[in-house]
Formats: sequence, structure tokens, C-alpha cells
Amino acid sequence: MKIVIHKTLKHFLHKSLLNYRKCKEVLINFMLMKLNVLIVAILLMVGCKEKNKTAKVDNQTTEKVAKNEDVSGDIELEIYDYLGFEDFLNKKDDKTYVINFWATWCAPCVKELPFFEKLNADYKNKNVEVILVSLDFPHLYDKKLKPFIKENKLASKVIVLDDADMNTWIPKVDENWSGSIPATIIYKNDKKQFYEQSFNYEELEKEVKQFLN
Amino acid sequence: MKKFVKLVPVAILLLFISAFTLNKTTHNGYEIGDVAEDFSLKNIDGNMVSLADYKDAKGFIVTFTCNTCPFAVMYEDRVQALNEKYAAKGYPVIAIMPNNTDVKPGDALPEMKKRAEEKGFTFPYLIDEGQKVYPKFGATKTPHIYILEKTNKGNIVKYIGAIDDNHKDASAVKVKFVENAVDALLKGEEVQQKETKAIGCSIKV
Repeated sequence: MKIVIHKTLKHFLHKSLLNYRKCKEVLINFMLMKLNVLIVAILLMVGCKEKNKTAKVDNQTTEKVAKNEDVSGDIELEIYDYLGFEDFLNKKDDKTYVINFWATWCAPCVKELPFFEKLNADYKNKNVEVILVSLDFPHLYDKKLKPFIKENKLASKVIVLDDADMNTWIPKVDENWSGSIPATIIYKNDKKQFYEQSFNYEELEKEVKQFLN
Repeated sequence: MKKFVKLVPVAILLLFISAFTLNKTTHNGYEIGDVAEDFSLKNIDGNMVSLADYKDAKGFIVTFTCNTCPFAVMYEDRVQALNEKYAAKGYPVIAIMPNNTDVKPGDALPEMKKRAEEKGFTFPYLIDEGQKVYPKFGATKTPHIYILEKTNKGNIVKYIGAIDDNHKDASAVKVKFVENAVDALLKGEEVQQKETKAIGCSIKV
């Protein structure tokens, strides 16, 4: 047994030497990462302080979130800035939420919408809710978004996120999000997964099942 | 001492394992500080363009963009303005269209040429035929900007991200990320905000 272990170690030692340069790089990276964590921690602390200071102002902007009057008829959009929208990412009610970021101008998003609609219908009784977060441009809400919702008879909840300061809110949604859509978050209480990709129904179902007990 | 020697391979083994786990977390494409490889891509005028062609450039504003993405379209005038402002100072815009034109026929070379003529683009508008270049950069969307600084070690990536902080309204922009970065480089200073995020259209494969 000892010999086997020794041999394995020797094998790794040999490989490691080959990987010496890589190791060095990794070590440096690792140290840099630690430094990063420290910096992030400091920034967070500073950020929290700032947040307290600006909390009042923020509340005002959230309240400003208005319902878009629809002159043409029955669809009323729920429009949020990021602060208002954030609640949808942080519910802790044992429900599995599937949050899909999309827009009518995004072809792959439109292509995968039927799968989210099907998921919402099929898994409603398993405590799953799909929320479709539109990133359409405000000047096209009436011309594009509302007709799209109507024509496609979207049954899932559609909300609209309108917040120009993307560099601030995109990393808050998920630090790995580069900003391309479609993008999807599945979460239940504190368990969360982020996907910057397109889905077909089978893939989507598979991911959601991980969240169901 | 003997014990210590025995520990050395264990330590190296640990390093080796961590090499695997750490590598997993790093994403694809260039990061800040990496040397960007040169490329040779076809321009709308039919000529091939490489970064090495720009002998006098101090760097480049490499912009992944296309005809068909509304976000990219919203930024067309601002990309043109960047080239007008910075090409003479040594930082020309190099625009690259990364989409698969079978998926997005509106981004095919003749369409690119038409759009460039309509908008009066003064920068090269290259097509990533075969889609080999954008993955090297790690671009995921249009528009997606990479600012490179030319050094004797090669073209170093100095900034990755958005053009500014308001896509909807150029007049409401508070922070001009790209301009700030190029201005800093021109002054020989460190870029303050090295990476930013913005929504964009995923690159069509």
C-alpha cells in the first residue's frame, strides 16, 4: 500500500515538475485572488456605508416605478428599476423561481420562450413559477412588447426591467454574467444557479428538477 | 528533516490538484493584462486587415458589433465618434462583426458594407469569417469593447466592456468608460475602470 502511494506521489511529483511553470502561475493567481477577496471585502464595507447614506434616495426611485398606462387596451406592464426588481431575485418562500431575461428584439430569447411557457404550465403544481423579465426599450413598449405579449398569449408573469445603469446591476444579478441575453436564473430560497445560455425544454426541465425535492 | 522532505511531494500534489480546480473557475478569452494575438480579417472593401498594419497606432479600440443587434445599432454613432476622436491620437476603432451570417443574413458582408456606407463609418468593419477570432477575445455579445495598448511585448488588453453607462440616451451618459480608458492610456496612466458590464445581443453561432 505504502509503495503504491509512494509511486503515485512520485508520478505526481514528476507531472508537477512538468507543470512547474503552470503551478507558479497558479500560485500567483491564487495570491492575487486572495488579494481580490480582500479588496472586494473592503469595497463591500464601503459600499454598505454608502448604501445607508443613499437608502432614502433609493427608496424614492423605487417608488417612482410606475405602471405604464396602456391606451390601446388591456395589457398593463409592471416596470421596475433594479432596486424594485431585486425583490424578485430574493424571495424565500420555498417556491422555485425561474427568472428569464429576454427581449422581443433578441431572436434566441424569443425562440426559447415557448419552453419557459410550457415549464410554467407543467410545473405550476410543483411550486415552480416562471417570471419573464423583459429588457425591451421603453420607446417600444407599446409598439413591440405589448403586441408581442398579446399575440403570443404569454401566460407566465411578464415584468419589465428598465434601468440604464447596467454596469451596476448586471453584476448584482450574477457576477459571472457578461450581459448577453438570453440569461436565466433558477433559485429556491438560498440555492441559486445562473445560466448565460439558450435552453431547449429538456435542458430546462433537467435544471429545474434539481431544485425540486 | 526527513519528514520535511517527505512532505514536499504532498505539497506539490496539493498544488497540482489546486491547479485543476482553479483552472476550472477561470473563464475563456482574454483577461486584463493578456497579450491579444493579431488577426487577419476581411474588411468590407475586400482587403485583409491586421493590427500589425497600423504602424503608427499606440493601441486599438477593438469593437465587436453588428448590423442586426438593436444595442449595437444604438451605439453606432458613438463608435463612429470614438474613431473620429481617437484615431488621430493613435487609438483607431477596429470593428469586428462576429455573428454567423447563416443565422443572421442581415450581418453578411454586403449588408455590412451597405450599413457602413449609410452611416459613413470611417473605421474598418471586419467580418470574423469562420468565427475564429471572437472566441480568442472571449467576446460574448455585441457591442463588446476591448481596448488594446501596443507595447514591445505585444498588444496588451487594458479594458473590456461597455462604451458608456447609458445605452438609451447618449446625452444622459454619466461615465464614458471607453473614453476614460483611452484618455488614461494616452496620458501613460493606469486605466481606472478596467471592466464594465452591459446588456448585449449574444453572438450568433
